[in-house]
Amino acid sequence: MNTSYTLSHLKELEAESIHIIREVAAEFENPVMLYSIGKDSSVMVRLAEKAFAPGKVPFPLMHIDSKWKFKEMIRFRDEYARTHDWRLIVESNEEAFRAGVGPFTHGSKVHTDLMKTQALLQALDKYKFDAAFGGARRDEEKSRAKERIFSFRNEFHQWDPKHQRPELWDLYNTRIRKGESIRVFPLSNWTELDIWQYIRLEQIPIVPLYFAKERPVVNIDGQLIMPDDDRLPEKYRDKIERKTIRFRTLGCWPLTGAIESEADTIEKIVEEMMTTTKSERTTRVIDFDQEASMEEKKREGYF
Amino acid sequence: MSNPHTTNKMSHLSIKEFLDRDEEKDLLRFLTAGSVDDGKSTLIGRLLYDSKKIYEDQLDALQRDSKRIGNAGEHIDYALLLDGLKAEREQGITIDVAYRYFSTNHRKFIIADTPGHEQYTRNMITGGSTARLAIILVDARTGVITQTRRHSYLVSLLGIGHIVLAVNKMDLVDFSQEVFRRIVDEYRAFLEQLGVPDLQCIPLSALDGDNVVEKSARTPWYDGPALLEYLETVETGNDANLQDFRYPVQYVLRPHLDFRGFCGKVASGIVRKGDEVLALPSGKRSRVKSIVTYDGEIEQAFPPMSVTLTLEDEIDVSRGEMLVHPGNLPMTGRHFEAMLVWMDEEAMDMEKSFFLKQTTNTSRTRIDSIRYKVDINTLEHLSIENGRLDAKSLPFTLNQIGRVVLTSSKELFFDPYRTNRSTGSFILIDPITNNTCAVGMVLNQVTDKEVHTDASLPVLDLPRLGIGPEHYEAIGRAVKELSRQGIAIELRK
Repeated sequence: MNTSYTLSHLKELEAESIHIIREVAAEFENPVMLYSIGKDSSVMVRLAEKAFAPGKVPFPLMHIDSKWKFKEMIRFRDEYARTHDWRLIVESNEEAFRAGVGPFTHGSKVHTDLMKTQALLQALDKYKFDAAFGGARRDEEKSRAKERIFSFRNEFHQWDPKHQRPELWDLYNTRIRKGESIRVFPLSNWTELDIWQYIRLEQIPIVPLYFAKERPVVNIDGQLIMPDDDRLPEKYRDKIERKTIRFRTLGCWPLTGAIESEADTIEKIVEEMMTTTKSERTTRVIDFDQEASMEEKKREGYF
Repeated sequence: MSNPHTTNKMSHLSIKEFLDRDEEKDLLRFLTAGSVDDGKSTLIGRLLYDSKKIYEDQLDALQRDSKRIGNAGEHIDYALLLDGLKAEREQGITIDVAYRYFSTNHRKFIIADTPGHEQYTRNMITGGSTARLAIILVDARTGVITQTRRHSYLVSLLGIGHIVLAVNKMDLVDFSQEVFRRIVDEYRAFLEQLGVPDLQCIPLSALDGDNVVEKSARTPWYDGPALLEYLETVETGNDANLQDFRYPVQYVLRPHLDFRGFCGKVASGIVRKGDEVLALPSGKRSRVKSIVTYDGEIEQAFPPMSVTLTLEDEIDVSRGEMLVHPGNLPMTGRHFEAMLVWMDEEAMDMEKSFFLKQTTNTSRTRIDSIRYKVDINTLEHLSIENGRLDAKSLPFTLNQIGRVVLTSSKELFFDPYRTNRSTGSFILIDPITNNTCAVGMVLNQVTDKEVHTDASLPVLDLPRLGIGPEHYEAIGRAVKELSRQGIAIELRK
């Protein structure tokens, strides 16, 4: 029995996240949990399951499928939702997909805007969700360090960093008008190490691509890209080599660089992380577009 | 599904040991405050840098940016690590609260980095609300200035019990013990009137790193700890109130007919299985049958745990209501006094009926009267009585602080903020813009007699309206729903 009445940092973070998740379920009419299939999403999903145990989570998961995700991610997503009794919504920008939009033909900026940002906004409008959980952490990226846990979006889903609502104690302002919404970030105060620790302690399943294995890769502009289907352009096809790699973040396969690594356990991943000299976002191609690019995307409605 | 975390354990004992130790670390949330040129961002950048949490690629970008837009000359400009938003970069100042994370071998830290710029008191209040410690920076050349006093007052208002006075830029005063002592004496005298229990003063140079992570050879006369050492070891304990059990019901869980669980975060006190509890406002009693979590039932719960309670008896408790121990009740009432901080660009409108959110409870609230405003530079009270305010200058504008009386449309359950941060804090929401327009800290209860405005509730007298008893239950439900939304009505049957 705990007699010191203090919690470890992970237990404190867990309690805070559960409180946030319950607050949304209690105060919003139609919340949704955005699910990226990544490790942070996996932790967020587990926290939601914890918040309502022994009951069922009272909101669905939604995955925005850009149609360029790794196949292993899609398999994992469907398997997880099925075995954990989640209602799963999958939405895509079908119009852009039919028009043939993709990262190789249209570049990462256009692809990300149409297949991720616009697809997300269309889906939010379609279901009229008034609150959407996201798995972003404040330690990930500089502009996120300033975002509130309950982050207000106007009817155009835009974020205004200069007019954020003050957020004090654990009292969250959930009042919105029709058409407006709130993005909620229950993992705001978690660090990358906390996420890995929690996955390890709670034995949370994650997509196997996080663990090192020999896989085919092509070096495209300095990034190790794993061709995941037959849409790899002709010119790269004879450049495929096999390397022992893993992914630090997961997304669209042409836009997600792998790292050469031998880390095939969580312990090894953490060890690699503690000694590495690159922060995790450097393997996301979309960040190289322009200065302060993440802030631009956030203003437009992307997470 | 794969999670091969159990494999290959033996060969990675050292990292496993690291992780096991890391898992046990506690968390210290602290606030930093200082004026624009006190070197606050430099200090935080230094803490992050020296605790090896700055990755190489961030550093590459930093060195590039330092040459282009840096303000630190030949030095690496640590401040550039922190100023995230484009707008801020253009202005060269930090404009909002930013949260930073780092850890050492002993603790995890969350820094709420708040600006010292005059018009942003609001942000400091925001950043400080969850902090247990505050670092207040002063420039050794200028010493204690108006802003130092203002920041310290806000820290005391928020009930933060530990202050570190970081006397920065000691390199620019030749590490003079005399200068340091003069500043410390002046600050100590000032802080006495605010009643912050714990003060540690440290002479340092954020730019050169003196006394930040390691003790500096340039201050042989200083026998206290370096800043990081102090942060790692300061005993903030569990500053939460463990005496008075308060459990605001957040969510009612009914997965099936045999389970009715009351989800919530323990706001204060300790609850154990078998405890007798009383529900507010109904006054009904029961016992705690179980404390349920995803990971199984537990014997007791304490702040800030989020749990689910089940009770022996089927009593009706909804969100916004509170479970407490019968022998230890909070104050209940519709009128109370509080210190209020105005957070909105739009000035206070005394005619408005605001939404008040306190614990999980929302109600409609009016500002009944203003006792006084505080001049946060001098700490003087300004009121109509002492002639420092008139009817026109009475309502609060952005960043003003004062003592007010509030009247809620329904009964609230609260404690003074000084003894209970969780049940003594509240926010006011503007009913038109939905902005969080003010935040408050409860001082005490006020009797009906002391209230100025007509505070009676609208009455729905069912017999007088000729409504038959068969409708009472449905009307009762509707009235309860309205009350949950913050609109209270007195129902007579």
